[in-house]
Amino acid sequence: MADMSEQAGSDFERLLRQALQPVDPPETLSTRLEATLTNLTEMAAEELESWELSAMRDPRNWARPAAAVAVGTVAGAGLVVLRVRAQQKRRRAAGRSPGQVAARAVRDSLREARRLAGRR
Amino acid sequence: MDKARLDEEFSELYRRHLRDVYSYAYYRVGNHHDAEDLTEQTFLQAYRHFGRALAESDGRPLRPWLIRIAHNLAANLYRDRSRKPQTAIEDSETLSDIHTTEDLVEGRDELARILEAVKDLPDDRREALIMRFALDMDNREIARAMGRSDGATKVLLHRAIRQLEGIVATSHGGRDG
Repeated sequence: MADMSEQAGSDFERLLRQALQPVDPPETLSTRLEATLTNLTEMAAEELESWELSAMRDPRNWARPAAAVAVGTVAGAGLVVLRVRAQQKRRRAAGRSPGQVAARAVRDSLREARRLAGRR
Repeated sequence: MDKARLDEEFSELYRRHLRDVYSYAYYRVGNHHDAEDLTEQTFLQAYRHFGRALAESDGRPLRPWLIRIAHNLAANLYRDRSRKPQTAIEDSETLSDIHTTEDLVEGRDELARILEAVKDLPDDRREALIMRFALDMDNREIARAMGRSDGATKVLLHRAIRQLEGIVATSHGGRDG
């Protein structure tokens, strides 16, 4: 009797798992969210740059910009992947072939890496 | 931990759990529009507090923390709007978006009845079931996400399943009779 009840329970749970399947987010959401997160990071870096300029005018702060630059150069590095993916999605939406998208992806990654290196 | 490393960790968290957060949000609020907003707000809030959460996590997975943020935001959404979920998950169009043709042919009515019954559950039971079955979270993760003990979570899940079975059986019996 207990076995039958357990069996019924597991059947129901199987159906429940089937009913509550994971839902993939729409492509538009991923694109928007990745762009927002990337902008947030870049905004933080820009704020840091304006702080550097004002700080340089005060000799008491001359030691600090070096540390700020160190932080500024790495800000956003971790979100490069998100930024590149967002660009790829925009191109896919524009109807490029997979080969073109792959080639562009490599170029995008190199450009992002150079851009970040240029901040140093 | 420096900012670059934090951003890398956050990117990883985002990639790994975007679908989890979206699935939770969708089944919690019942429509894609609100689910998108909720997912976006969840990750923005998570980004703000990520450094502290990571430091306090002591190496434990951050998915429960992420889902807890979504849970709190969903609660605020309903408080602000003073309404219950506008559940569209019973819509045939939405069902076909989520489930394969095979599923639909096999048991569309049954799945629809279950989804319908899920929205009739009390909030905490519904959330526990979403976390277990849509996100495949274990008892400990669900407990952390809901701020309960492991034991209380186990009981909550058990009661949620039993109650749901009862609702489905009643609605099925009512339809047949």
